Amino acid sequence: MPTPTPTAAPPPTAAPAPTRREHRVRRTGRLPVPLLLVAPSVVFLAVLFLWPLAVGVLQALRADDGFTLDHLRRMLADPYFWPAARNTALLIVVLIPLQFAFALAMALLLRDRPRLSGLYFYVWCVPLAISDLAAGLVWLSIFTDRGYLNSALVHLGLDEGHAWLSYQNPTTMFVAVLLAELWRATSLVLVILVAGLQNIPRDYDEAAAVFGATYWQRLRHVLLPQLRPSLQVALILRTILGLQTFAVAQALTGRNFPLLVGETYQWHVTLQNEHVAAAIALVLLALSIGTATVYLRVLRDPSHGRSR
Amino acid sequence: MTRRRWRTTRRTALVQLACVTVTLFMGLPLYLIALAALSSRESLDRFPLALLPTGVSVDTMTAFLGSTGVLPAFRNSVEIGLLSLVLSLLLGVPAGYALARFAFRGRDPYQLFLLLVRALPIVVLAVPLARVFLSTGLYDTTYAVALVHTALALPTTVLITSAVFVSVPVEHEEAAMVFGATAPRAFARVVLPQALPGIAAAAIFTFVTSWNEVFGAAVLTLNRRSLPAQVLTTLSDSPLAYRFAGGFALVVPALVFIALMRRYLLNMWGSTVR
Repeated sequence: MPTPTPTAAPPPTAAPAPTRREHRVRRTGRLPVPLLLVAPSVVFLAVLFLWPLAVGVLQALRADDGFTLDHLRRMLADPYFWPAARNTALLIVVLIPLQFAFALAMALLLRDRPRLSGLYFYVWCVPLAISDLAAGLVWLSIFTDRGYLNSALVHLGLDEGHAWLSYQNPTTMFVAVLLAELWRATSLVLVILVAGLQNIPRDYDEAAAVFGATYWQRLRHVLLPQLRPSLQVALILRTILGLQTFAVAQALTGRNFPLLVGETYQWHVTLQNEHVAAAIALVLLALSIGTATVYLRVLRDPSHGRSR
Repeated sequence: MTRRRWRTTRRTALVQLACVTVTLFMGLPLYLIALAALSSRESLDRFPLALLPTGVSVDTMTAFLGSTGVLPAFRNSVEIGLLSLVLSLLLGVPAGYALARFAFRGRDPYQLFLLLVRALPIVVLAVPLARVFLSTGLYDTTYAVALVHTALALPTTVLITSAVFVSVPVEHEEAAMVFGATAPRAFARVVLPQALPGIAAAAIFTFVTSWNEVFGAAVLTLNRRSLPAQVLTTLSDSPLAYRFAGGFALVVPALVFIALMRRYLLNMWGSTVR
């Protein structure tokens, strides 16, 4: 008689001994504790996000007598829509690379631990807590006709002043908005990158240095690859927030430099047309989701297979 | 050897130079808005403007604070901020605790959901919510704005508090329970006191988010405006002095806030967004 091979009938495995944590979960009744703890926030967010999302889609696509594309047509026909879309896109395309180069330079400077670095970090972080409206007003004091920039130019005996924010000077208007956004929002990228750098062990960098790698080589091949997750998060966040730029331009130029969010505001508050406002909001949503998806695809770390 | 030392010195000097330049770019606008807001009306009307504080006066600020709607808006802003703070703590702290202490099913999808919500544009919410709030009678109340601001800040509150709870050793809690405390009691007596500073940081973060938010507040209110919404809606027909003073009034809390929260800056914005 062949003895039963041990592999044929595996011993009845007891369920793995419950850990202490699972114990605690099980003891307290039918609904597990963590779900009870998490549920209120889920319900709240679902109500405040999914409900308006649904209402918004309906607002954009519905008239009194069923579905219609009129609101979308009206949005597209509006003379401000395309300039607003173009400005929004332009702002992001120019701002984001500048911002990332700037923030990366700042983070690397801090990494050198210069004297007074605590003070520097504080000043560089202040804009984190400044609203875009306040940032717009701050830069308004500089760029307005009788503002500090023109004053400084006059003091230096250079110029009699320039209408930086006039609709006749679209370039300087754009530069003003760009500078204000660069000033305000680079701090966010900075803290994400500084936090990312802190998690990178210095050994790799030092090892590369020992083997004779130059600063640029180390940056390119050692630091940046390890910073990838932080860069990716910052990139997605900043692009989506960049699409929402609004009050900076509003404070600096009014409607002379239209942006998509500003147009939503115009349609909703001034023109009292919630349908077109909702339509523009949906365009923004689509753009946000689109860019996030593209970034996640393009930036996926090939060596890890799955991005965090 | 000396050459190497010279190179190090040069490098240090260059780094310092770069740091000072960046600091000037970041700090100068703050100096200028303070200068503008604290100048007298006459010196603001002059051109060119003085670049040094010569005519310091609080007239411009007092005129701003005295103009119609500003003080009530200030009060509304504080009220909205505090309401969002309480709400986001009530909803966020338990969730943060759950994320820190339990490995439960749905944990990863939940975190993904939080990130998703964090990335959603407020514009997409505010416009339809104006309609929803109109039909529920919440429109033009501080509650409506507080609800939206809570939704904005909640994901971050959850992530910050969970990071805080992770740093409180589980052993302390278990020791308390060994000595007969119930789980809620152990939490209240042992965990909460240790987590309090971090939770306070999360609370202040919510307050600042709310203090800064302008689009939702402007779209969801008519008479009960927050300060930014008030400044925004009166922007086009207000004198420059009013706008400068408004800008400064919005900036000051930021200076205080960053000074108070320096220790938590990286936790709040840096590592928690991952």
